[in-house]
This record gives sequence, structure tokens and C-alpha cells, in this order.
Amino acid sequence: MKNLVILGAGTGGTMMANHMIKRLPKKDWKITIVDQYKTHYYQPGFLFLPFDMYKSKDVKKKGGKFIPKGVNYILQKIDKIVPEKNEVILENETLNYDILIIATGTKIAPEETEGMLGDEWHKSIFDFYTYEGSKALRNKLREWEGGKLVVHITEMPIKCPVAPLEFAFLADSFFKHKEMRDKVDITYVTPLDGAFTKPKATETLHYLLEEKQIKEVTNFNIEKVDSENGKIIDYAGVEVEYDLLVTTPTNLGDEMIERSGLGDDMNFVPTNKGSLQSKQHENIFVIGDASNIPASKAGSVAHFEGEILEDNIMRFIEGKPLKEEFDGHSNCFIETGNGKALLIDFNYTQEPVTGQFPFPGVGPLSLLKETRMNHMGKLAFRWIYWNMLLKGTAIPFVSNAMSKKGKNIENVENKD
Amino acid sequence: MEEVIANKSIKVNEEGYLTDFAQWDKSIGLEIATKKGIEMTDRHWEVVDYLQDKHKKEEALSIRGIKKSGIFNVKEFYGLFPGGPLKVSTMIAGIPKPKSCI
Repeated sequence: MKNLVILGAGTGGTMMANHMIKRLPKKDWKITIVDQYKTHYYQPGFLFLPFDMYKSKDVKKKGGKFIPKGVNYILQKIDKIVPEKNEVILENETLNYDILIIATGTKIAPEETEGMLGDEWHKSIFDFYTYEGSKALRNKLREWEGGKLVVHITEMPIKCPVAPLEFAFLADSFFKHKEMRDKVDITYVTPLDGAFTKPKATETLHYLLEEKQIKEVTNFNIEKVDSENGKIIDYAGVEVEYDLLVTTPTNLGDEMIERSGLGDDMNFVPTNKGSLQSKQHENIFVIGDASNIPASKAGSVAHFEGEILEDNIMRFIEGKPLKEEFDGHSNCFIETGNGKALLIDFNYTQEPVTGQFPFPGVGPLSLLKETRMNHMGKLAFRWIYWNMLLKGTAIPFVSNAMSKKGKNIENVENKD
Repeated sequence: MEEVIANKSIKVNEEGYLTDFAQWDKSIGLEIATKKGIEMTDRHWEVVDYLQDKHKKEEALSIRGIKKSGIFNVKEFYGLFPGGPLKVSTMIAGIPKPKSCI
């Protein structure tokens, strides 16, 4: 009997359990999935929770519900991986593996920035990347009477890179609705060159910031939070004042990766960006946010990786060369407030452009353009997530390799 | 587009970042630095080596990475490349500027 072990039962891990149970013969393979938490969160919903657009029950379900029958589901903390022995040491037992899939994701590390994780954490300084943070922020926003709202990114890479910008857009809409927009000053603070950094997106979307009166502070690399005086300070000495700070702390891979000696500086696992095989150990594969590949850290990316990883694991078992086919395909809805959203579809080399999706000339979704239909798409995605994505079902008409059809690509060169 | 840097025709994007790292050599880094008003010292080249090593390994550049590198600290990085240290140093190193997805 051989063992496939999956570490992490989030989006990527759950999906892979569903993929592999269909492919590996039960008489030869035992599949085990390990996670320390019993709740599975719909993380895209953390963006809506603070604005009372979603309720708690919309974003959490029991993780076990999505683990297929026949898969051994273990709820325990993972101590470390010992790749030399093909072992995973858990809190109370040790597992042996023939093939290992790492799907332990990324999480926020506010302790990395001086002054961020102190008395004011979840009082005047919030994250919205955790259920706790998002819910605490909701309670704050229900009562907040206005002032300086600063939406901030500590450093790249982060999970769902557009979420902070969406937060700023939704905040504008939220305060307008509460008829208190004139009492709120919104500033978007980024370590990058601008809120948008790709040429086509900047050209097409910069009007959104002006229209919503969101100020931009760019090239801001935070050194510390001065929570007593309500300001963030960067390494060049620039200061930005806040009354309410909504920050995206440094994102790191799981500490278990560091304990196992398998990560880079950020605890992400060095991974072949085409095959999804670990660069250090041939029987270790990585899916989703846990890897260091230069794709967006997003559920859609894990979904597009899923089928390729499934095939590559089968090829590995059969001793065939792996396919280096993952193209970095990512597909994200971007909420712009007032019941509208944008859609972007891109990969390692193709930047987001305008067009129709998924059917050329038809849509019904529009790329890089604000529409109500895109917002409906984003809301519908929650159903797709729970009912199709986690089960590893292909989404109709959307292939794992990015399609160029329907996109206005002429004259847009790859700038990388 | 192409630009003549250190008497060589080099492929760059409209902001002046090299689009083909294989074309980089020290004389190119030096000329870009001079244009940016930076006088390169051994310390500057150590930073460039670090950035290029990260680029070759396809690892993202980060403040945490710099802190952990033990090679230099963030304050010093700002001192060496005033203004936007990552923006300027990546251009001199011939690698892409860090960016987001849109």
C-alpha cells in the first residue's frame, strides 16, 4: 500500500483530495489529508464581511463536508516534514508518504512590523485576511463616526493582491450609503509604484481612484506603526496619519515549512512554476499559496493548477516526464463598489487587457471594465466555490490554460 | 524598444528597465547608476549581486528577505539608493521592477 499525504485542507488541499481519489486505485493507494482546523473558510468573503454584505454563516462551513469519502481526514497540528525519511511528524503521530502535496497556504504575520501587533490590534488597526480580523472590523465600522481611513499594504507578495484596493472601493460605497462619506478621508498606501502597476490596467482604471476620491501614497515601505500617535512611518521617514488603519500585514508561508527547512525567506516552497514539483525533492508537490511561483496567490490559481498537478502526479507514478504546462493563469473579480465589479484574466506573460469573457464578442462578462454583470459573477462565485471548485469540477468554458480569445491583445507586449 | 547603454544596444521597456537580463553586464549597471546620480561602491555592487541572485532563483524581493539576508539592513539600503531603493536598484541590476498583478 502506498501513501499520498496532503498537508492543508484549504482550497488547494481539498481540491487535490477530490482530484486524486478519482485517479488513484483504492487497492494500491491510501490518501490522507491533514489540517489543524475543522472550519473551512470562504476567504473571498472576508472582503464583504466588514461591510455587512455577508454574514458569518456565508463564509464558514465544516471542512469535513468537502473531504471525499475514502480519504483519511486527520485534524491535528503538523510539526514538520522530514523529506530525507519521507515522513510528516504530526502532534500525535507520524505519517509516511510516497508522494506529498503541500497545500498549507499563506497567512498574515503582523508581528513582522514593529508596532503593528500591540494594544491597538483589532481596535484601531485591523486586518481583513482572517475571520477574526474581518469580523472585528465589521463591528468597528458599524459604529465608526469617521476620520482618516488608511488602507495599507505592507509588502508583496500578498494573498489576493487586489483585495486592499477592493476594500478601498467598497469603503467609499459603504460610507456614501451611510451618508457620511464627507466625514471620511480615504488614503491607499502601497509599497509599489501605484495602486495599479500594469500599463493597461493603469490606463483603463486610474479614473476609479479619482472618481471615488481615494488618495494614493506610493513607494511606501513601512518601518513601523506608531499606534499611540496614529501614524505609519516608512524607511524614508514619510509619515501617514490614520484614525482607522486597515492593513495587509506581511504574508508568510506556514511556520511548519520553516521548521522543515523547505522554505525561502518568506517560508514559501521553491517550486517549478510549470510542473508544480518542489525544486528540492521530486516526490513533493506544491499547490496554491504555499509555493513561491510568480503567480497570484488566489483560489482561481489553485483551481487552474489542480488539473495539471493531478496529471503530473499520475505521470510521476508512472515514471513519465512531467508536463511543464502551468501558465500562471489567474482570474479575479474586482469589486468597485455600487454593485459593480471588474474582471481580470491573465497569466505569467499576458497582462490583464479589455475584452469579453468567456465567449469572444459575447461575454457575458467584460474584462477590465466595470459592469453590474461582473458583480453578479462575483456573487455567483461563492456558489461555484462551495459546489464546484472544492470538488475539483472543471468550471464550464474556462480552461486551465489562459485563452487569448476575446481579449484585445494587439499592441500589448509582455512587459516582463 | 532599444536604447544604447554603455555603447551597446539594449532592450528596455518604456521606463528604462532591461527586458532581457542576459544583456546585462557591469558597464550597463554603472551607466544606469550614473544617470540616476548614484556613485557605485563595493557595497552597492553587493546589493546588486544579492538582487540578481534572487532574480535567478525566481524568488520575490521583500523587505523580510533583506532583513534575513544578513548582507545589509533596510536603513542602509535606503542610504545606498535614495528615493525608491527597490525601484532604482532593480533598474541598475537589470531585473524587473517589483509589481502587482494589475
